[in-house]
Amino acid sequence: MTFSLAALGPALPEILLAVAALFLVLYGAIVGAKSVDTVNGLALAVLFAALVLVLLGPSEPAVLFGGSFQVDAYGRFLKVLTLLGSGGALAMSVDWLKVEKQSRFEFAVLILLSTLGMMMLISAGDLIALYMGLELMSLSLYVIAANNRDSVRSTEAGLKYFVLGALSSGMLLYGASLIYGFTGSVNFARIAEAAHEPTLGLIFGIVFMFAGLAFKVSAVPFHMWTPDVYEGAPTPVTAFFGAAPKVAAIAVFVRFSMEALPNVTHQWQQIVVFISLASMVLGAFAAIGQKNLKRLMAYSSIGHMGYALVGLAAGTEEGVRGVLVYMTIYMAMTLGTFACILSMRRKDGMVENYEDLAGLARTSPVKAFMLAALMFSLAGIPPLAGFLAKYYVFLAAIQAGLYTLAVVGVLASVVGAFYYLRIVKVMYFDEPATPFEPMPVELKAVLAVSGLFTLLLFVYPAPLLAAAGVAARALF
Amino acid sequence: MYDWPILSVVTFLPVVGALLIVLMIRGDDEVAQRNARWVALWATLVTFLISLLLLFGFDPANTDFQFQENRAWLGDIAAYRMGIDGISMPFVVLTTLLMPMCILASWESIHSRVKEYMICFLVLETLMIGTFSALDLLQFYIFFEGGLIPMFLIIGIWGGKRRIYATFKFFLYTLAGSVLMMLAIMAMYWQAGTTDIRVLLTHAFPPGMQIWLWLAFFASFAVKMPMWPVHTWLPDAHVEAPTAGSVILAGILLKMGGYGFLRFSLPMFPDASLYFAPLVYTLSVVAIIYTSLVALMQEDIKKLIAYSSVAHMGFVTMGIFTMTQEGIQGAVFQMVSHGFVSGALFLCVGVVYDRMHTREIAAYGGLVHRMPVYATFFMVFTMANVGLPGTSGFIGEFLTMLAAFGRNSWVAFFAATGVIFSAAYALWLYRRVIFGPLEKESLKDILDVNRRELASLVPLLFFTILFGVWPGPILEACNVAVQAIVARADLAAGAAKAAALALH
Repeated sequence: MTFSLAALGPALPEILLAVAALFLVLYGAIVGAKSVDTVNGLALAVLFAALVLVLLGPSEPAVLFGGSFQVDAYGRFLKVLTLLGSGGALAMSVDWLKVEKQSRFEFAVLILLSTLGMMMLISAGDLIALYMGLELMSLSLYVIAANNRDSVRSTEAGLKYFVLGALSSGMLLYGASLIYGFTGSVNFARIAEAAHEPTLGLIFGIVFMFAGLAFKVSAVPFHMWTPDVYEGAPTPVTAFFGAAPKVAAIAVFVRFSMEALPNVTHQWQQIVVFISLASMVLGAFAAIGQKNLKRLMAYSSIGHMGYALVGLAAGTEEGVRGVLVYMTIYMAMTLGTFACILSMRRKDGMVENYEDLAGLARTSPVKAFMLAALMFSLAGIPPLAGFLAKYYVFLAAIQAGLYTLAVVGVLASVVGAFYYLRIVKVMYFDEPATPFEPMPVELKAVLAVSGLFTLLLFVYPAPLLAAAGVAARALF
Repeated sequence: MYDWPILSVVTFLPVVGALLIVLMIRGDDEVAQRNARWVALWATLVTFLISLLLLFGFDPANTDFQFQENRAWLGDIAAYRMGIDGISMPFVVLTTLLMPMCILASWESIHSRVKEYMICFLVLETLMIGTFSALDLLQFYIFFEGGLIPMFLIIGIWGGKRRIYATFKFFLYTLAGSVLMMLAIMAMYWQAGTTDIRVLLTHAFPPGMQIWLWLAFFASFAVKMPMWPVHTWLPDAHVEAPTAGSVILAGILLKMGGYGFLRFSLPMFPDASLYFAPLVYTLSVVAIIYTSLVALMQEDIKKLIAYSSVAHMGFVTMGIFTMTQEGIQGAVFQMVSHGFVSGALFLCVGVVYDRMHTREIAAYGGLVHRMPVYATFFMVFTMANVGLPGTSGFIGEFLTMLAAFGRNSWVAFFAATGVIFSAAYALWLYRRVIFGPLEKESLKDILDVNRRELASLVPLLFFTILFGVWPGPILEACNVAVQAIVARADLAAGAAKAAALALH
């Protein structure tokens, strides 16, 4: 077998990220603590360059490394999302970490590495590549969660995330080995060929695989780590957790189900229906009692993963399109909301309770308006983007005949609306509290972009819908 | 008719006004507040004037939707489609007519955050007009549901003491009803392959599916209407909302439920409508009698009028589900008339509330001695609310009861007792507020209605009397559209009868 460098072309963004991460870690180690600003700037530039490479990449599907790595429209869509999410989170964290005296050059490097893991995950074509991508992503995340190493809460978050994450990786690996054992291949396409009949071993494998994947997307009943990690980790890290890794995990969840298990849909559909239902309901009810905004966003993200999985449960092309639309909008909303949470700084430090937002509409009307739009959007009220997201996933569920799932899902969204509305209520109806410090410019930018996106998507949604449609078709 | 998209202009002009307020007016001082008021007033007035073109350009003999617009929007699942027929046209004009009055009613009573207030109302106007003129099911839903956001803020920010409770209740009740309708819309899309209302109106949904779709739509419209027993959000919302909010709630938002029944439930699910008609009759009659009795016992003027609204909406649902020409035309008429009358009644309450800052009935009495003009206006609107012949309130009640009598005389009988109760509570309210000796110290120097208030009350008085003696224009406008609905319903009834005969 001859090796040609040109054949690696489609993997250029990933290669760029890997090389740049290694270079930056060396640079940081040599220059020391002074290098933080340079490393942060370079890391952002690298993420942007990777984004350009992904967008400019070949439009035909390509398969590399003997089927382990596949580049297609589906992957491209999600890689763009992931890179935007990582870049946005990194941009938001720079100033915050500096003020909180938690700046370390490793932070940006770890974000690059975990982004690399996500991109490999999205492109995975067999179980081994899937596991490698997942571990690269997760190991970096464990470390970032404990970035504030002098804080007990942050280290606790990192440790908790690591222990539970390792457990789930073990389950996933066990499931993968069962699937390999009963189908004779690790390649998704071959598994699909072999897995015609649902044998007992295969089903066990699927269950274990799905448990591991559900942990990564923080779906019920594997969600327990989410609130603690969200609350304990430094806020910019939480913003990062909420956006890009969720996108990547959902991406591989969908790709694995659609490419490797299209012939045993009935077997895994029940699992997805259950975790989706449970996530939506728990996300709606458990968030009601939360005062801490980060914890509230943790439960909110559990709920939103439930909605995204509704699209997967449908198991159709429309469903996948729904998932893609949902994840795009979800990521924009999450980043915007966290831009607000990151700016909740008073003279004596950060505050994190939703009651601290009291009267924000008087003290900083533009920010309050944007956050209110994001909250209505998270609640799924038309005409905001969050409504379109829900509409597409439920449309697929109705087509697939999953009526119970759809009815329970929309009713859970009514319950969930309560706590989003409560944030609007605090901002608009209550008397103003002490104003926050002015918002740094990068947070303003992220909030403006995501706020306007959620507000105005309904005016001209065609490009997003078309791109998601093309991406979804690539899996079928 | 016109070579410019007149419906879109009427729909989105208020939002343009809102954008002007956002972009042009800075600060929150006296000048900025005055500018915001004037921009809002002009935006609503111009919208009203343009909507008159709709009124005069409307051809009542045309069976199709008029002023149609079609544009690509959401790819394969929905498009931007606008158009109005004889059922939606009156509501569009009613909306544009009531809006300037709402702005005027808030002229002095709203002091804080005037800019935001005006923006909320202008956005709300766009969403309401859009609801009535959308010809795409998803687009309709977006307008219908989107209205919750500005109304939530209007009640929550500028409302009374229990505004938080009221606004959450309003929002969550309405949302819970509507999400089920959203699922039904999706099911209809997969069944018929489109969300174009014109196509869906002629699509025959399987009867078994109709039952579920009907129930889902009913969940939404019954809450919006509101029908007993899901009406409890309305008195709370009315009492806490500012005057203009109450006018809009009673005048327009409640009509969306009735409009929804007429536009969707009846013509799209005729078999299910026939099947569920007894249920609707029962709920309507209960609403008419029960809420009238509840209204008798209220101590708050606004709450009393709110309960009377629920009772009047009972006549509307009863009329709609008789599925006859008179019944449906009567229902449309009743809705338009109720838009004038209840809007005017809330404006009247606003007049005294602005002066006394209380809505307790017991705090008033003998107003006729200081406010003779006000007493006259209030009397006419009270009589119209009772349904006195010669006022617009009579026509709708009479037609709906006439139709109900033809279907089921017991329904008409019980509904008629509601008319008596409504006379009781309305006249009693009038006596307690207006007549009697002027004893209370605080009322001794109360002033009569001023010119700004007259500007909103006089047109409403005019229309209330005009349509009471000359109901032709409204009945004629909706005649053709109602005929189409009745024809669909008769077809379903005929099929049901044939099936029943075949069994014997």
